[in-house]
Amino acid sequence: MESLELIRDRILSALPQAQLEIVPNGSANNPASLRVDAAHALAVAQFLRDDPALRLDYASNVTGIDCPDVVKPEKVKITREYQGQSIEVEETVQTKIPGYFEVVYHLYSMALKHGPLVLRQRTGNRSDQIEVASLTPIYRGAEFQEREVYDLFGVRFQGHRDLRRLLMWEGFQDFPMRKDYVEPDDYEYEPTPHNEVLDKTRRHYPPEVNHG
Amino acid sequence: MLGSGIIKGLLETARNFFGSFRQPERLVTIEYPEQQRTVPENNRSFPFLVFDRNDPVKGLRCVSCKICEKECPPQCIYIETEKDSRGKPIKHPKVFDIDISVCMSCQICVEVCPFDSIKMDQTYELSQFSRYDALILHKIDLAKSNEYYHQIKPTEAGLVDEQLAAEREAQIAKAKAAAAIKVAPATASPTPKPPSPAPPAKTEVPA
Amino acid sequence: MVDFASANEPVVSPLEMPTGFHFTPSSEGTVGEGLLEVSMGPQHPSTHGVFRMDLVLDGETVVRLKPVFGYLHRNHEKIAETITYLASIPYTDRLDYFCSLTNNWAYVLAVEKLAGITPPERAEYIRVIAAELTRLQNHACMMGFLTQDLGAMGTPLMYAFREREKILDLVEALTGARMMCNYFRFGGCRTDLPAGWLEQTRQVVAHFPHFLDEFESLLITNEILMARTQGVGVLPRELAINASATGPVLRGSGVDYDLRKVDHYGIYDRFEFRVPLGDHGDCYDRFMIRLLEMRESIKILNAALKDVPEGPVMDPKIKIRNFKPKSGEAYGRIEGPKGELGFYLISDGSTNPYRYRIRPPSLINLTALEDMCIGQKIADVVVILGSIDIVLGEVDR
Repeated sequence: MESLELIRDRILSALPQAQLEIVPNGSANNPASLRVDAAHALAVAQFLRDDPALRLDYASNVTGIDCPDVVKPEKVKITREYQGQSIEVEETVQTKIPGYFEVVYHLYSMALKHGPLVLRQRTGNRSDQIEVASLTPIYRGAEFQEREVYDLFGVRFQGHRDLRRLLMWEGFQDFPMRKDYVEPDDYEYEPTPHNEVLDKTRRHYPPEVNHG
Repeated sequence: MLGSGIIKGLLETARNFFGSFRQPERLVTIEYPEQQRTVPENNRSFPFLVFDRNDPVKGLRCVSCKICEKECPPQCIYIETEKDSRGKPIKHPKVFDIDISVCMSCQICVEVCPFDSIKMDQTYELSQFSRYDALILHKIDLAKSNEYYHQIKPTEAGLVDEQLAAEREAQIAKAKAAAAIKVAPATASPTPKPPSPAPPAKTEVPA
Repeated sequence: MVDFASANEPVVSPLEMPTGFHFTPSSEGTVGEGLLEVSMGPQHPSTHGVFRMDLVLDGETVVRLKPVFGYLHRNHEKIAETITYLASIPYTDRLDYFCSLTNNWAYVLAVEKLAGITPPERAEYIRVIAAELTRLQNHACMMGFLTQDLGAMGTPLMYAFREREKILDLVEALTGARMMCNYFRFGGCRTDLPAGWLEQTRQVVAHFPHFLDEFESLLITNEILMARTQGVGVLPRELAINASATGPVLRGSGVDYDLRKVDHYGIYDRFEFRVPLGDHGDCYDRFMIRLLEMRESIKILNAALKDVPEGPVMDPKIKIRNFKPKSGEAYGRIEGPKGELGFYLISDGSTNPYRYRIRPPSLINLTALEDMCIGQKIADVVVILGSIDIVLGEVDR
């Protein structure tokens, strides 16, 4: 497959409005990825699928990533009026870098047997701008996986014909794969930490029976 | 021909039925509670703690380093370190519990143990009447002798013993070398110090 | 035709109803036309686990089908984010519990890609042997289950299980467990081969073609099997690609895409084998693909068992504890018995993965289930589902 820079340039020559960015990969022997804006994602995907040299006709893996808000403490010098004098005070200001969700598509070509091309879409933030474009009109195979991303991360896919929860039940409120998800108290899960099991045992049996 | 499939199938069944009287390999099942299956040496069910010197309390190889507790994927191990009279922790577990209702027999505790003290057992008839209490194995239930370990896994236990013996020898040799280095300058120096006693082995070596 | 859905029936959401048969007017068909909504599963014996299909039937013909997942959901991906790279390996066993060795391999491959590890030669051979043994037993069982779905109660399945048992004995001797193997490690394998294992494996592999001959002579020309599977559940080639079907389902539709040939992961480029392809994309083709794939697996096994090299099975430089790959991301995939099993890992340089994603072949192969089933009879839905070969541990994760 041609290099990612070349692919980007070719997409740009076909779709000049598309905003593309190459995201480097920290791991050296793994491919970098191409980030595309949600407005042009569908057109870019169509280009990638139909271009005779690429023919990326197979969306292998679709998944979401949660990057929470980062709060960076920063020391700033501020002059304050104090008893008629102006003093320079050092204060810590919390700057908030808004987080985002990313949806990652691994595209391969079954016709030409190459790949992957890693395509990414990013949401505006984690609260109200959580929409990206669904690629299901191009790749049917993304249907369940996009539903799963919606289910577990709460990313909304514009243009998905059947965007319902996939693994959790309808009526479930939260999005479990988000980094800030807190599980409810009455929720029994495995792995259960050992001392919690012991506590349960002690509640369950009188202490004289329990030799722990 | 219609029905040939049924005849073929019945012939196959008959071949197996009558063949099983002559060829024992056609009998693929065993009468379980009466006949027991011999398990291969690698077979694993749940962990146990190895002890030496016929002493299930003092002889435990476990030094309560808590690596297995940290690495256990389902968090089913619980360890408390023993403390001496002055409250200083000593290298021995006071509590060592494994909740085998949570344990998934993955053997990761065995792999990460640097002291070869936790190993996998092969017992599999473990049903109990209570869900919580009886399935939590305490230190005393878990402690099993090195001879038992040799009995269930002869090859592996032999290798472990060799390795432990080699480590012990290396430690003794190291201690001797350290003693020699300490002694050598003392004899060479013009003002001889009182000869220091041979330094003790660095750590208590499990016998 | 009995019109069950009378107009006076109150409209109730399927979730508020107990499992079983319930009647709600569907969005497309109307009550007056006599459409019947059937909830098949999650306790239905033919759904291979706790899987549910909401079917809308016109008489016996399927008009609409919506799969419902999640009954076995345990959020494996979230658990894996809270534990170390090593500790995730036993959890991968529990995805597709028929093929824990290939699951291990897929995960280990992703970690090795992420950290740039090359396992030793001997470990690569062991991996190929273990994976092909897994493929043999998975396909044998799948064929048994499919014939069970067709109504051949028990007997072919038990024959398949008899053979599977021999392979499970080998797996147990090698890894210590019959199904939850937890055997591969990034950088090699956990233990070396036990004494005499290769010889035992050779015997089992040498016997396996006899079983296949027997199975073939019993089944593939059987009229019932042919009548129930030929022309049923046709998955066209274009749809198979577009719906990301993989594995035998894809190759049954005639697409030549086998990751062992495409990606050359492991040492598969050293072995000669062919990729069987189907012509029609129906259930019979998918059934036969498995049979032929087993023959090819035996070829690979025979070649691999011949020249297992001596040497270490584990890269001594890799410490599995406190394993911290550099930050970055990797997607590793292998040709599992059910299809492309991929693991997508993102590392932030700590001991736990930042993101851990499984690409489950069973789930994604179900994308085209509705298209395969529409227009078929409800009894064929069971066969079509059986021919896809799903395991719910992997679908729901």
